[in-house]
Amino acid sequence: MDNREVILDIKNLRTHFDTQDGVVHAVNGITYSLRAGETLGIVGESGCGKSVSMLSVMRLLPIPPAHIYSDEINFLGKDISKLPESEMRDIRGSEIAMIFQDPMTSLNPVLTIGFQLKEPLIKHMGMTDEEAATRAAELLDWVGIPDARKRLDDYPHQFSGGMRQRAMIAMGLSCNPTLLIADEPTTALDVTIQAQLVDLVKTLQRELGMALIWITHDLGVVAGLAERVVVMYAGFVVEDALVDDLYHNPRHPYTFSLLKSLPSVDGDIAEELETIEGLPPDLLGLPQGCPFAPRCDFVKDKCRQENPLLVEFSPNHNVACWVDIETGELR
Amino acid sequence: MSQEKVLLRVENLKKHFPITSGLIFQKQIGAVQAVDDISFTIHKGETLGLVGESGCGKSTTGRTILQLHEPTSGKVFYNDADLTTLSAAEMRELRRNIQIIFQDPYASLNPRMTVGSIIGEPLDVHNVGNSKERRARVEELLRLVGLNPFFINRYPHEFSGGQRQRIGIARALALNPDFIVCDEPISALDVSIQAQVVNLLGELQEEFGLTYLFIAHDLSMVRHISDRIAVMYLGKLVELCGRDELFANTLHPYSQALLSAVPTHDPAKERERKRIILEGDVPSPSNPPSGCRFHTRCPIAEDICKEKLPEWREVKSDHWVACHLV
Repeated sequence: MDNREVILDIKNLRTHFDTQDGVVHAVNGITYSLRAGETLGIVGESGCGKSVSMLSVMRLLPIPPAHIYSDEINFLGKDISKLPESEMRDIRGSEIAMIFQDPMTSLNPVLTIGFQLKEPLIKHMGMTDEEAATRAAELLDWVGIPDARKRLDDYPHQFSGGMRQRAMIAMGLSCNPTLLIADEPTTALDVTIQAQLVDLVKTLQRELGMALIWITHDLGVVAGLAERVVVMYAGFVVEDALVDDLYHNPRHPYTFSLLKSLPSVDGDIAEELETIEGLPPDLLGLPQGCPFAPRCDFVKDKCRQENPLLVEFSPNHNVACWVDIETGELR
Repeated sequence: MSQEKVLLRVENLKKHFPITSGLIFQKQIGAVQAVDDISFTIHKGETLGLVGESGCGKSTTGRTILQLHEPTSGKVFYNDADLTTLSAAEMRELRRNIQIIFQDPYASLNPRMTVGSIIGEPLDVHNVGNSKERRARVEELLRLVGLNPFFINRYPHEFSGGQRQRIGIARALALNPDFIVCDEPISALDVSIQAQVVNLLGELQEEFGLTYLFIAHDLSMVRHISDRIAVMYLGKLVELCGRDELFANTLHPYSQALLSAVPTHDPAKERERKRIILEGDVPSPSNPPSGCRFHTRCPIAEDICKEKLPEWREVKSDHWVACHLV
């Protein structure tokens, strides 16, 4: 169906952290792929492993305490999980760029915006300082910061939250990456500023044709942005589907309940919101069986004993559940 | 709604925080106009939602109503008593009836106190009952918010965010208040937990006839819980009306932009939707724009908006708005 080339193929990625209390199983064997130019949303609640999985792909976690295992992480034909650190460094920032949730902590407060924008250009593109400055000003202008040339000499604290995130986006795009990973880039911002940024990223993506992974807990943002959505729970991928399928025909009880628990801005107002009772499991000791079983409305005995694998439900729609939620019976 | 009894009336409330300069002889060189001349009423038993972006003064409004900040000027009437003129002792007595739930369940509970002493503290402060009765009351409150009374001797760090917020709610309920300011009680929680807490607040309101001022920036949640909604921008109220009226008949251009920026959960609708994208950032409240404070970002601003402050007026029954062009 989709004949775009697969650029990123993650196979059985696991990330564990050693802590004083024991081993935290943050990511527990996730598999998915991404095509050139595709927009993928990764959604899930805090602690479900959505950020950690991407940081593991980028190899940005300190080892130890982190331990990253995988069968393969194939990016443009190379297994990047086995590359030496020096080669990985050439990929980071130039071919895969990442922007983070909090622009204030990811920008260096004692260096000017211009310096930080020029750094990847000089490092990866081999530009001279003068060329890099010109390009940096173009980039800032492009992401909608007025008076860009002058603003290069500003420090991050002189920018507002929205402007800082724009500067981060400019930085992420500076080397024309094949893939941009955005880790909750709008969570710290207000809705009107969020709307500005989503709009900006959509436009830029269209112009550059890059692939985009957008990590968020907000199912609303993803609805308008992504082509395909991966839903994560307790370090597992529980559902992976095209966006319309996921919202109109969710197959995993977690996705199903999550969508029902959201109040809408335009639909009917229910007397009570649907809830998912209980809490996500403790990642120090995952229960045997399906991690969602203790909170699941459709739970069967089998779910408590065996963890379901992610299997194809229909083309482009994978789900990890023993139960068919339409009939409530085991598949 | 309007025929019901007014519980709280806010008149021309202002809260300006001074900006000072100099170390020893501090001189005021300006003011952050966090809340600037707002007026509204809250009826008994209703939920008034207060929405706006960060820094627009919605939390300051809540705290100034409770006299946790001393207002710069203006009046707050609670059942006809003017809170701004009460003595400290009178105010403390009245605090039994007006309580607050805070945004951050991690910062608002003392980590060195047990859950029992956190929830029981209001009872101690107001000398309610003897120690046995207090303990019974605390256990009752824990059950009421859906926690096991067995947890009474545990410390806050042993609970998740949603459970902590329930502890905060139990503490606010300890003295049987009539009015609770809910200051973004769910923004720090995960989506699946938000619904649990919102439902709890709804159940408690029904059971005890509580009145809420529900402060939030999540419009879809505010729509679910509120009877009326007030929209705030840079220290000013821009629109106030019934919930359905606001969503069906949005008058102020800022409210329109805010509503259009809220994502829906329908991919097909989302792709077709025409968003109003506001230009630029919110100006600083220490140096707000002249005239209408929204004119710098307003898509339909005219000359009059730069010069004259729009009047806060009732354009039709129970629908208040501050805009020249409505």
